[in-house]
Amino acid sequence: MSDIADRVKKIVVEHLGVEEDKVVEKASFIDDLGADSLDTVELVMAFEEEFGIEIPDDAADTIQTVGDAVKFITEAS
Amino acid sequence: MFDLTGKSALITGASGGIGAAIARALHGAGATVGLSGTRVAPLEALAGELGDRAHVLPCNLSDPQAVEALPKESIAAMGSLDILVNNAGITRDQLFMRMSDEDWLDVLNVNLTSAMRLCRAAVRPMMKARWGRIVNIGSVVGASGNPGQVNYAAAKAGLVGMTKSIACEVASRNITANVVAPGFIATPMTDKLTEDQKTTLYAKIPAGRMGTPEEVAAAALYLSSPEAAYVTGATLHVNGGMAMV
Repeated sequence: MSDIADRVKKIVVEHLGVEEDKVVEKASFIDDLGADSLDTVELVMAFEEEFGIEIPDDAADTIQTVGDAVKFITEAS
Repeated sequence: MFDLTGKSALITGASGGIGAAIARALHGAGATVGLSGTRVAPLEALAGELGDRAHVLPCNLSDPQAVEALPKESIAAMGSLDILVNNAGITRDQLFMRMSDEDWLDVLNVNLTSAMRLCRAAVRPMMKARWGRIVNIGSVVGASGNPGQVNYAAAKAGLVGMTKSIACEVASRNITANVVAPGFIATPMTDKLTEDQKTTLYAKIPAGRMGTPEEVAAAALYLSSPEAAYVTGATLHVNGGMAMV
């Protein structure tokens, strides 16, 4: 769990250029971390690549926060 | 100016007159080129002429799976995909009242849908690279209309709207998407016109002649270059003044 959370956090920090301490479980990509809709697509692509999983579009829509991403990836991998 | 050293470009329809000229122009500016088309022999001849930095990537654009696979194959061959030139096109000319669904769908499928599929697949590596150039080859008839080409004109006009919308979405990632719209260009296709037909045609073209594939290629080269970074969603008409739009 913590391993996945760390890797997700690293991707988010790199991709959105935000401070590490802002990337908390409840942080919303769009509302709290300043992502736009294209950023969220890119994040999903980055998660797919990092974890070797496929995130279908309807599932991607439910991934709004850092915690959502960790939860989905944990269940999928 | 227009240095494409280190960039990789995929060109569809590279066996045709305009496609081959675009491949030569991009290659001449230093790009690695992926030459796609259905006819392998002319592609291999062109690759042989260009020498290094040229890869033959045959693809039948009416086969959706082959189209989806093409960007991956080109990345495997060239290492990246920085420039996409959607040049391939077919015609199924017929007076509208006689136009079959098949004539319509074939032209839309190859000229518009396959271009969309290639753009969609190419945008992914371009987004990652934070750099990309999409150049879609349209036609003057997409803006002016032409009897007998309801399907072709619709597809080419469709490319313009598609390109503008893609341009909006990806501009923040340093990816541009533009259209080059040729008028009448001297190719094997226009060689078939009779002298009478040509005379009638030239009367409508202020420049008084057909364009050359190289003149279209120069427009594609410009829009592929780093210098054109601030030009996106545009249609560059290369038509000797035939339609000033």
